[in-house]
Amino acid sequence: MIEVKDVHFAYPNGVEALKGVSLTIKNGEFIAIMGENGAGKTTLIKHFNGLLKPTKGSIFVDKVETTEVSVATLARTVGFVFQNPDNQLFSETVEEEIAFALKNFGFKEKTIKGRVTWALNLLGLTQYRKTSPFMLSGGERKRVALASVLAWNPRILILDEPTIGQDHQQKEKLLQFILQMKTQRKTIIIVTHDVEFVAECDPRVLLMHQGKIVADGEARKVLTNPEILLHASIIPPQITQVFLQLSDFELPKEVIDVYEAREKLLNALERKAK
Amino acid sequence: MSVFDGLKYRRVYSPIHNLDPRIKFIYVCAIFAATIIYWELPPLITLFLIQVPFVVLAGVQREWIRSMRGAAFLATIIFVTNFIFSYISAGYTVTASNLEYAIAMTLRFIVLVESFSVFFLTTSPDHLGLALEQTRIPYEFCFAFTTAVRFVPVLAEEAQTIIDAQKARGLELERGNFLKRIRNYIPILIPLIVSAIRRSLELAEAMESRAWGATKKRTNLYVLEMHRGDLLLIAITILILAVAIYVRLSLEIPSLSSLLGGSFF
Repeated sequence: MIEVKDVHFAYPNGVEALKGVSLTIKNGEFIAIMGENGAGKTTLIKHFNGLLKPTKGSIFVDKVETTEVSVATLARTVGFVFQNPDNQLFSETVEEEIAFALKNFGFKEKTIKGRVTWALNLLGLTQYRKTSPFMLSGGERKRVALASVLAWNPRILILDEPTIGQDHQQKEKLLQFILQMKTQRKTIIIVTHDVEFVAECDPRVLLMHQGKIVADGEARKVLTNPEILLHASIIPPQITQVFLQLSDFELPKEVIDVYEAREKLLNALERKAK
Repeated sequence: MSVFDGLKYRRVYSPIHNLDPRIKFIYVCAIFAATIIYWELPPLITLFLIQVPFVVLAGVQREWIRSMRGAAFLATIIFVTNFIFSYISAGYTVTASNLEYAIAMTLRFIVLVESFSVFFLTTSPDHLGLALEQTRIPYEFCFAFTTAVRFVPVLAEEAQTIIDAQKARGLELERGNFLKRIRNYIPILIPLIVSAIRRSLELAEAMESRAWGATKKRTNLYVLEMHRGDLLLIAITILILAVAIYVRLSLEIPSLSSLLGGSFF
C-alpha cells in the first residue's frame, strides 16, 4: 500500500513539480497516471521508490516512510521500469542484464538462474539469452528492461511509458501481462499518454495537471469527461468521441470499450427498428 | 553534479560577461603561465586575490564558491601527496618550508581552477564558438567544440537518470571497499557512453539533413568586436605577465614564514 500525504516537491533549480498531492494506492490496484508533459507524473512515481524525497509532506510504502530507508531497500518491494531502456542496459548479454538486480539483492546463484529463465520466458526473450542487449531493436530492449525488473518479482510495479515504441502485438501482450499480474494481486502503476491503451485496460485513472491531481476515478468516468481531459491536454478514446458525437441519439456517453459500444449501438438500432 | 554546476554558464549581464572571449582566454592563459612559474606561497596568494574582483564584478560568487568546493577533494589529494613526499625528502621531519611547499602546490591548483571557472562561468558556449571561428579555426572544429561544451549539462542530466535507473535495480553506489565502489560505476558509465555515441550519430544525421557543410563560407548572425573593456583587460593581462616574469627572474622571493618573522610555525 502506498500512502501519499500532501506531497510537495521542488527541483533544485526551483521548478515546483508537485504542489500538494494526496492519494492512497491499495494493494492489487491497477492505476494509470495521465496528464500533459510536465504535469509531474514522473516526479510523482519517482517518489514511490524513494528516488525523490518530498520537500513537504510524506510518503509511506507499506507503512514505512520513504525518507527512512534507502532506494535499494524500497526497490525490493517497488519495481520501477524507466521509460528509456538505454538508461539502464550495460551488460554483455541479456541474461546478465536480468541477473544484475538479483545479484544486487543478494539472491543465491541457483535462484538467480531460475528467475532469469522465468523472466526471459515471460517476455518472449529466451532466444536472446546470450545476445548483447545493444544488438536488439528498441522494442526488444524495452522488454529486456522490463524483464530485468520483473525478475525479482516486486509486489508493486511501476512502468513509465510502457507502450512507447511497441507495436500493436506487443501492446496486446503487455495488456495480457498486466492482467495476469493483477490476478496475482500485484499493484501496477503505469504512466502513459496512450489513451487507447488505458481504455482497453480499464484501470483507475489519475489525471495530473500542473503538479496536482485533477481527477481520480474509473477510466470510464475520467476518460469520457471531455472537459477534464482537455484540461490535461488529452483527448478521449476514439470510440468515446464517436459516442459523444452521437449523444443526441439517446446513446450513453460513458463508453470506452469497443465491444460494449457495439452492443449499445445494436440495441439502439433495434429500438429504432421497432 | 556539483562540480559541473561550478562551470555551467548562466545568462546574466555584467562587465565581465560582455568581454571578448578571446581576450578572456588570453587572460586565463596568462594567469595559468604566471601560476606555474611560481612555487612560493606569497606570489600565489597574490594571484589568487587578483581574481577576486573579477568574480565579484561578474556577480558569480555563488557558482564560483561551488566550483571551489568541487575542487576541494582534488586539492586535498594534492596537498597530502605533496606533503608526504616533501616530508620524506626532508628526512622525515615536518618543517615550515615543506609545509609551505605543500600549501603552495595546492594553492597553485586552486588558482588554476579559479581562473578557468571564472572563464567558463562568464562565457557562453556560443560566444566561445564565435571566438574560435573568428580566429580562423576551421568551422568543423569550432562546431565540435561548442557542441561538446553545450552537451555537458545534457550528459549530466542523463547521468542522473541512469543513476536513478540503476538504483531502482538495487545498485548501491556507496557500498563496498574502494575497488568495489569504482566497479559500482560500470553500470552508470556504459549506458552513458553508449547513449552519448548514439546521440552523436543522431545529431550528425540531423545536422546533415539541415544542410550542414553545404557551403565552405559560412556567415554569422553576430560578429565579435573589441571594446574599451577588452583593451583594458589586455593591458591588465600584459601587466600581470610582465610583473610575474620580472619578479621571477630578478627578485628573490621570500617564503611566507620568513615574511612573518618565523612565527608561522
